[in-house]
Amino acid sequence: MEWRDANRMTALTDLTLAAMRDGLRARSFSAAELAQAHIAAVEAARPLNAFIVETPDHALKAAAAADAALARGEAGPLAGVPLGIKDLFATEGVQTTAGSKILEGFVPPYESTVTAKLFAAGAGMLGKLNMDQFAMGSSNETSAFGEVVSPWRARQPDGALSNRVLVPGGSSGGSSAAVAARLCAGATGTDTGGSIRQPAAFTGIAGIKPTYGRCSRWGVVAFASSLDQAGPMTRDVRDCAILLQAMSGFDPKDATSLDAPVPDWEAALTGDLRGVRVGVPREYRLDGIDPEIAAMWDAGLAWVKDAGATVVDVSLPHTKYALPAYYIVAPAEASSNLARYDGVRYGLRVNEGGSLDAMYEATRAAGFGPEVKRRIMIGTYVLSAGFYDAYYRQAQKVRTLIARDFARAWESCDVLLTPTAPSAAFSPGDKADPLAMYLNDVFTVPSSLAGLPAMSVPAALTATGLPLGLQVIGRPLDEAGVLNAGFALERAAGFAARPERWW
Amino acid sequence: MAVDLATVTRIAKLARLRLAPGEAEPLVAELNGILRWIEQLGEVDTAGVEPMAAVIPNHLRWRPDAVTDGGVAAAVLANAPASEAGFFAVPKVIE
Repeated sequence: MEWRDANRMTALTDLTLAAMRDGLRARSFSAAELAQAHIAAVEAARPLNAFIVETPDHALKAAAAADAALARGEAGPLAGVPLGIKDLFATEGVQTTAGSKILEGFVPPYESTVTAKLFAAGAGMLGKLNMDQFAMGSSNETSAFGEVVSPWRARQPDGALSNRVLVPGGSSGGSSAAVAARLCAGATGTDTGGSIRQPAAFTGIAGIKPTYGRCSRWGVVAFASSLDQAGPMTRDVRDCAILLQAMSGFDPKDATSLDAPVPDWEAALTGDLRGVRVGVPREYRLDGIDPEIAAMWDAGLAWVKDAGATVVDVSLPHTKYALPAYYIVAPAEASSNLARYDGVRYGLRVNEGGSLDAMYEATRAAGFGPEVKRRIMIGTYVLSAGFYDAYYRQAQKVRTLIARDFARAWESCDVLLTPTAPSAAFSPGDKADPLAMYLNDVFTVPSSLAGLPAMSVPAALTATGLPLGLQVIGRPLDEAGVLNAGFALERAAGFAARPERWW
Repeated sequence: MAVDLATVTRIAKLARLRLAPGEAEPLVAELNGILRWIEQLGEVDTAGVEPMAAVIPNHLRWRPDAVTDGGVAAAVLANAPASEAGFFAVPKVIE
């Protein structure tokens, strides 16, 4: 390949979704070229293990259709944009596993609502992105298809890149790694307790979990149905707005889908925060908070003030109970949802010639990974006779109190600003104790329990050159306020760091 | 409330998870660690608090009682590990 071609391909994979859209309309490049550049980047990045399945044909077919539509002047909003799709979304004719052996070989005969919307808008699919098994994990270590490797490496005191492997966060770790490594400009993620925001923070990208019910759950493999929400992961806030707009909307096939109009979120991005009250929840100032995280948070507060906002102190008194409540509610719902994997209708079957019960037990023992089994066990226990009131019912009451804390905070502020995660990315094996891993979600879980829109924006680098993210949490249905605060933070932070290519 | 080996074995049975030899013992310690941690919820005064039913107020919709789907038996069975004559096939349950 000529160096000029190689440079052009790199330039294409550096584009944001907005720049792709504008460049395609200006005919600066074709959708076919754009797809080819990304397909080449995906192939070259296999050491990251970000994709479980690559679907170059899907991306090329969408690109051909987009080029034809562009020529006719009737292209959809995402025409010719190649995306990565988390392997939790059912994709017609393309294996969908949720990162688990129990669904290996499952080829859905239908399309999830979210991917159907993206494809109808003209997007193509580069492949299915690796993830923590059934979205249970914060590091991608629970995937049955091998862990995703972050494109980021820490910098040693002598300035050289360390070769210590880092996790891309989770559960949407294939999505975060792929977007950060310039394999795609946008990817779908899902967030149950932080699975969009924490991996976005770990890899220096943006990601938003919208209000519960904004994106249809139809065709998304269920983990904890009262918490699961899809959302976009991109390299900047504008792209989050563009992609979220395409993913959202009422769907009669999801009983919890919100029948509310989808605003033009991109048009709402002004970066002007005059009159906006930014709340700082005092309970999030944990004892022993990492000084680099605290410094980033302080910088974020200065940035929103510069953009015209006022900063107010607020209290969310039940914050410390959010994680324990989450680790009752989510496993309880998971144990019920995952009862469907029984070796009968789809997925793995292990039949050793015994009874039907023996087949169920052998299939589930072989198909689920250790973390999934652990959560099914917890969920089954807290729902079992005699314990339901003490655990599940009490957790749902505490959840009501957590939602009330937020409702009270909205009386004195419009958005909340917090760190996204208590640390930068860690290495595989660093959090071998399940509880230590759960605690990494301390800042993201409360807003999940309350169904609120929340996003992570890249804000700073640690001394060793690893990204850190700020979280903005908003009122129900106020994605516009969240995105605009994120936009102001992004402009002030001027985060331009990217992983140096080693793969 | 601490779990013991017998409880873990019973829960695994309820969850239809066969535990391999040596798999249950470590689970006892892990589950006890997690359960001890979640039991701090007991200290929250929830008297008079309704359990969360819907995170975003949303009323359940009615729709006409009409057939909107179906007639796709082949697609439904396409991923089945075993099927026979238009049915899912399972190990024999009745002698």
